[in-house]
Amino acid sequence: MSELSLVQAVNAALRRAMEEDSSVLILGEDVGIDGGVFRATEGLFDQFGVQRVLDTPLSEASIAGVSIGLAAQGFRPVAEIQFTGFAYTCIDQIINHASRLRSRTRGRLTCPMVLRAPAGGGIKAIEHHSESPEAMFAHIPGIKVVMPSSPARAYGLLLSAIRDPDPVVFLEPTRLYRATREDVADDGAGLPLDRCFTLRSGRDLTIVAWGAMIKEALEAAEQLTSETIEAEVVDVATLKPLDSATILASVARTGRLVIVHEAPLTCGFGAEIAARVSSGAMTSLLAPIERVTGYDTMMPYPRTEAYYMPNVGRILAAARRMMAYA
Amino acid sequence: MTASADNYSIERVLDAEGTLVGAMPEFAREPAVLLQLYRALVLTRTFDAKAVALQRTGRLGTYASSLGQEAIAVGAAAAMAPDDVFVPSFREHGGQLWRGVALKELFLYWGGDERGNDFAGPREDFPICVPVGSHAPHAVGVALAFRLRGEKRAAVCVFGDGATSKGDVAEALNMAGVWQAPAVFVVNNNAWAISVPRAKQSAAATLAQKAVAAGIPGVQVDGNDVIAVRAVTERALARARQGRGPSLIEAVSYRLCDHTTADDASRYRDDAEVSRHWPAEPLLRLRNFLTRSGHWDKAKEEVLLHECNTAVEQAVEEYLATPPQPRSAMFDFVYAALPAELTEQRQTATVAHGAA
Repeated sequence: MSELSLVQAVNAALRRAMEEDSSVLILGEDVGIDGGVFRATEGLFDQFGVQRVLDTPLSEASIAGVSIGLAAQGFRPVAEIQFTGFAYTCIDQIINHASRLRSRTRGRLTCPMVLRAPAGGGIKAIEHHSESPEAMFAHIPGIKVVMPSSPARAYGLLLSAIRDPDPVVFLEPTRLYRATREDVADDGAGLPLDRCFTLRSGRDLTIVAWGAMIKEALEAAEQLTSETIEAEVVDVATLKPLDSATILASVARTGRLVIVHEAPLTCGFGAEIAARVSSGAMTSLLAPIERVTGYDTMMPYPRTEAYYMPNVGRILAAARRMMAYA
Repeated sequence: MTASADNYSIERVLDAEGTLVGAMPEFAREPAVLLQLYRALVLTRTFDAKAVALQRTGRLGTYASSLGQEAIAVGAAAAMAPDDVFVPSFREHGGQLWRGVALKELFLYWGGDERGNDFAGPREDFPICVPVGSHAPHAVGVALAFRLRGEKRAAVCVFGDGATSKGDVAEALNMAGVWQAPAVFVVNNNAWAISVPRAKQSAAATLAQKAVAAGIPGVQVDGNDVIAVRAVTERALARARQGRGPSLIEAVSYRLCDHTTADDASRYRDDAEVSRHWPAEPLLRLRNFLTRSGHWDKAKEEVLLHECNTAVEQAVEEYLATPPQPRSAMFDFVYAALPAELTEQRQTATVAHGAA
């Protein structure tokens, strides 16, 4: 066991995956000698060399496209996109090719690649560096979409993503990269890519979140105890495929659901969860489902980004509204 | 140095009349090889005509003809080794057939059945690419895989003149150059991207010079001269296998057909222009050459046409007799293992409409 930050856990998972499987490659901008702008690939170039850690030209679409060719040839490329704001040009390759290569060829060619990118705001970054596009990716059949919320889960989920036979978009919450450290056993154990994680049990209310918003969800749950409200916190972790069963079972117990995400409200992934709960746990609901999300605006520049970000206060207010609902 | 058309000359072995105007490459000294190439061109055109006819009678989906451009894909594929990988666009039927894709598989694909992409022959070849130019980076990835494994193999990617305007192609050429990837990019410059003529596609004097900025060789070849296309592709492949990196080949041709069966080229293109290009089409010149050199005659032509027709008709019968996939099949290849939520949808779909 060693205490690792989330970005160090990503690094440990990459190293472990490369040690255990020589078909695992890393490619992306500045991932080599520089170790990535967030240092997620630090030391890997020295350990595995230029044949396995490839600095690419500045071509995001082709980083995804080249990965598809490598994957079809039996490699397991792990591509880094420096920020999700630059991943939009990859979406063509992901939608039109990576996601459907298996289906188009009836399983003859497959695409076991991972597209990693830091995501989310609250880091006082310049524009285009604080995006939360998880719902856009989750809308694409044929891929998996993962967003870890702790160093240990980042480690286990990334290992499983790399070992998965299908393409995985792995969004790493930038705000959590160095926010906390925890003991991570570098034991090569993966975590399931079809499971939500219940981080805290409670009988009154279910708070569902993922990525960096888990921090606010847990803080809100802690504060609610002083109001004798026991909140359960579910970390979705893998948005696609979605483990509806865990969420439905939780709502069946609590009768109340707050969904928290940083992305804009409209067509956010919270809408999908709300729809599933309304059809799968309708009779359990004691109050309307609440969504605490980013607004349908652009992410403001750093001086006012805090106004956009969902925070503990907004989650508490939603929880209180639900508890007061008659 | 300014790149202009003057820096390029179109490589050609046979002119439009079938007269030898260039050096006959090594492979072409064997008449059997030329006859094999001629047969591939005829088979491709026979398939093509049948596909259009099937579409017109509602038995095939929208189809992209390769009429007049058959020599490009056939010549490129003929230059390849069996274990190279072909990454085609959507007009490379001739190359796919040469590589061992079955006629029935082509009909299945264009008839709307994914099983047409599950080639029994070239298992590593990519299916055709519909979003223009987006497959060029895949060829770089495949080529990079060969280089990383130290294999003497190469990827051959074909796309149209329109695709050269895409960022994907520019990125792919650049990346292939940086990594010296064993890839050969072939442009089918058929002069039209649906209704947009070549001159409005790019102000560049040639498309071959798109290679200059990527730091890789670019050449022009007469795309209607199958011998020349094969020869330049062989040279590019040899170079790639020697670890000397990628190449770009601009094969100059002309689209004698509509863009697809859904297109009507008379809306934007004079029939007279099309007529002017017919005499330069690829089959005629090779047939003339073979006839003049005593390897071909009317009787042989009739036998060949009959043989190609029979093969195509038999494939059509097999295609039409192939039952559609079951309703559940759309779920079965989305992932290696069906996630719970899709299992549920699969169940709903089959219950709602019956398993068939």
